[in-house]
Amino acid sequence: MGDAMAQVSTAGKIEDFRLPSAEGLAAYRESILAERDPNRTVIIVCHGTGCIANGSPKVAGALRKSIAAAGMTAQVIPQIKTTGCHGFCSRGPLVIFQPSGLFYQKVKENDAEEIVKTTLLEGNPVERLLYRDPRTDELIPYDYEIPFYKHQQRIVLRNIGKIDPVDIRDTIAVGGYQALAKALTSMTPEEVLTAVEAAGLRGRGGGGFPTGRKWRIAVENARKNPGPVYVVGNGDEGDPGAFMDRTLMEGDPHAVLEGMTIGAYALGAHQGYIYVRMEYPLAVRHLSIAIEQARALGLLGENILGTGFNFDIQINRGAGAFVCGEETALIASLEGRVGEPIPRPPYPAEKGLWGRPTIINNVETWGNVPQIIEKGAKWFSKLGVPHSTGTKIFSLVGKVNNVGLVEVPMGITLGRIVEEIGGGVPGQDRFKAVQTGGPSGGCIPYELKDTPVDFDSLSAVGAMMGSGGMIVMDKRDCVVDVACYFLRFLEEESCGKCLPCRLGLKAMLEYLDKFSKGKGSQEDIDDLHSLARAIMAGSLCALGGTSPNPILTTIRYFKDEYLTHVVDHKCPAGVCKDLITYSIDPEICNGCRACARACPQGCISGEKKKPHTIDASACIRCGMCMDECPVGAVMVE
Amino acid sequence: MNAKKAKKEKAKKEKGDGLIRFTINGQSVQAREGWTVLETARQYGIHIPTLCFHPAVHPIGSCRLCVVETRQNNLTRVVASCITPVSEGVEVLTDSEEVQNVRRWVLEMLLANCPASLQIRELAQECGVTSTHFTVEHPEDACPRCGLCVRACDEVVGVRAISLGNRGVFKEVTAPYHQRSTDCIRCGTCLYVCPTGAMEQLFPQVSSE
Amino acid sequence: MSESFGNIEAILDRFPPQPEHLISALQDVQAKFNYISPAVMRAVCDHLGVPISRGWAVATFFKSFRLEPRGMHEIKVCLGTACHLKGGARLVEALERDLAVTRGHTSKDLNFDLDTVNCLGACALAPVVVVDENYQPTATHRKLKKVLKELK
Repeated sequence: MGDAMAQVSTAGKIEDFRLPSAEGLAAYRESILAERDPNRTVIIVCHGTGCIANGSPKVAGALRKSIAAAGMTAQVIPQIKTTGCHGFCSRGPLVIFQPSGLFYQKVKENDAEEIVKTTLLEGNPVERLLYRDPRTDELIPYDYEIPFYKHQQRIVLRNIGKIDPVDIRDTIAVGGYQALAKALTSMTPEEVLTAVEAAGLRGRGGGGFPTGRKWRIAVENARKNPGPVYVVGNGDEGDPGAFMDRTLMEGDPHAVLEGMTIGAYALGAHQGYIYVRMEYPLAVRHLSIAIEQARALGLLGENILGTGFNFDIQINRGAGAFVCGEETALIASLEGRVGEPIPRPPYPAEKGLWGRPTIINNVETWGNVPQIIEKGAKWFSKLGVPHSTGTKIFSLVGKVNNVGLVEVPMGITLGRIVEEIGGGVPGQDRFKAVQTGGPSGGCIPYELKDTPVDFDSLSAVGAMMGSGGMIVMDKRDCVVDVACYFLRFLEEESCGKCLPCRLGLKAMLEYLDKFSKGKGSQEDIDDLHSLARAIMAGSLCALGGTSPNPILTTIRYFKDEYLTHVVDHKCPAGVCKDLITYSIDPEICNGCRACARACPQGCISGEKKKPHTIDASACIRCGMCMDECPVGAVMVE
Repeated sequence: MNAKKAKKEKAKKEKGDGLIRFTINGQSVQAREGWTVLETARQYGIHIPTLCFHPAVHPIGSCRLCVVETRQNNLTRVVASCITPVSEGVEVLTDSEEVQNVRRWVLEMLLANCPASLQIRELAQECGVTSTHFTVEHPEDACPRCGLCVRACDEVVGVRAISLGNRGVFKEVTAPYHQRSTDCIRCGTCLYVCPTGAMEQLFPQVSSE
Repeated sequence: MSESFGNIEAILDRFPPQPEHLISALQDVQAKFNYISPAVMRAVCDHLGVPISRGWAVATFFKSFRLEPRGMHEIKVCLGTACHLKGGARLVEALERDLAVTRGHTSKDLNFDLDTVNCLGACALAPVVVVDENYQPTATHRKLKKVLKELK
């Protein structure tokens, strides 16, 4: 990845002159567009983290080489552009042709020559690289027709996949910073604030608190106590299985910068921070470059666009603590202290960083702001549903065919997301449950697949929108195991300050551990509910306060599965180690001994080319045999 | 209260006498701006159990034993009384079902995690908790990680020899690098404020030589 | 790893002597010196005006800080939800057995650091393992054994 990152930047030197005014920005945009031929082929190679890991830099390099070798005349040589994540991660590396939209998936380095020959020179698609719809078996050559994209509404993600995130000229060419220019030159701070209120934007980080109302609180507090106001972009996306914020920060960093600058104008803030998880080095890099380039053009820093408004942004990296996604813990971290939350009230909007009114919003929330200003609050409020306006980005992962990033209007049903956009569950006709909201959320069973995905509907079924992680589970996933998983995750991440969380997570795990071993009783389940209530009421912050959610929702919707563990001592999904047995199907086993070689216990025996057997008494249920078996002869029950 | 007195009280209130009036368990109480609910309760002799609270240092609301239920403007919350400022007209309940539930489970967890502390056993007994559902993993542990020793060394003594290292279940009172502190002045304040007797065990490991 | 200690001043001078820079300063010195030794910690704390006890508290609270020398190679196994569902936990256990080391520690020969991470955000490649900043997509025990063999 270190090498791959060095290859990513394609930006030349950005002219180091500050745009003197909004008119200057418009003129600069015109000059960029004038230099570009809209009909010239641009070959886009996705360089999101997923595609990079799958070798997209090599694909880009091979394409450049093949193009150079093809000896085309200068006018028709296509440009190769590396962009952020397109979202269709299960099909990467992705190569897309603009302006046509021709879409190639799972492209390898040695496909480059054929692509150049067949598509660029002869004008035909390379059929084996086209997307084939698994349900209709038809080839779909253009990205906008592929169901995965067709059913989405990409607003916050609209630029990602089209622009090179480390070349601000691309951002300006597609209209970036026009909203900022509009806000600074034709709107008062109060008008900007009213627009965000009227749009009905709610926080995208998990809490869903009305953004405009939060800003209003900060403005009022600043009026009562004059002094600095701060804005913070929360890029500490810690929910496992969620990568929306990473994609936004990597693929369209200026959307975040512009949103924060507009917000700062509304709030009277002059200093901003973006707090980025250290596990996202590419995001840190792209944001840093974006800030440098924005400063060079006078879109950040002093006297922005000649309007006299000053605002600058600093990047702070996280240091490996999920709890720092919580507002007050984040503030503690910015102040150089351990990331321990403090009780709220007072809320950061009243008293936050350095005791001053501070607005912390998730980077996706900030990413929504420019479009609200550019297209108007009324336009935004018509998207989605009345109390959850706009769109939301979700990371659809787990047991689903189309693993990736999707942006949909609020109110679309869960089933539509998993089936129409996600393409359903591989090998099974329905999902078992969808886990939303990370460790604070809940599992929604298939029976509730028509639940609209919006803040209030999800809360009503006991789940939570959360930051947008959507984990699809199938029959081979055990809900007791998943509840255990989230508790163990939180146990490691708990700051440890308050007893209900520090000791309570351990306590809940004792019960769950019992269940996963086939022990326990109905009385235990009742006690667990009482303990959960105590933890929810007594915890200092939302990490502890919402920690019982995965248990409570799984017990609510999958009570039978818990009882099967406890009463029948079986794990129907075949996951809980103490309740399962591994065995080899003698009808399928071909005696290749791959399993015996992989077995760390040496407990698989048999003659070469004859069916093998596992000695259950020595088996530790590590699963290596199942992973190594080339014919699927290892069974778990 | 007769009508004349009532009128006088009302006038005094409206003039702003700096007093904040609310109720605890239905009883009318008065406090000054800036007081906490716990301080007010203590002033009136209303008992609320605590562990991580000590009047010499800032409260942090970590043990949650002092939780109370507050009702104001149709909003019910469970909050730690040691860090909750008083507010006009709030109804505070120190022994509601919700509060008792929190206290009961927190004490059960303390019994399992600080089994070596006599003081915690006594505190639990006072609140009616005499046994625990949970496994005892460290029979010699008495430290509830309340941080009073750390806060005292910081705020009262100003030496800051010890701190709470790590996080979550691994949180521990220690001197840097698990060595004996070179900044410690052996004043013994930490021993004095420790509510469970744990510092007696820890002192030889963290204090200066 | 054996950098001249004098270089630390060059790094610390980038930070105004204020306690708020503690985390950023520790991150930068660790990048240079591989881990935060007692001497490095003292230099950072003295420069920023922070008691050592607070430096210790911060360095042990945040899991990216190392207070002991690190191994030659770093293996990080993602245990995000998607990776968990695709067998991430089994991979960690297998590596622990292979390298005779518990997660969060360095192997006895100081060759390998084995760690778990909470979601790297590359969920389509589950299970994900990162070896020295190189992502191993859809990792299997067999693939990893090969990679590790080449590094030994």
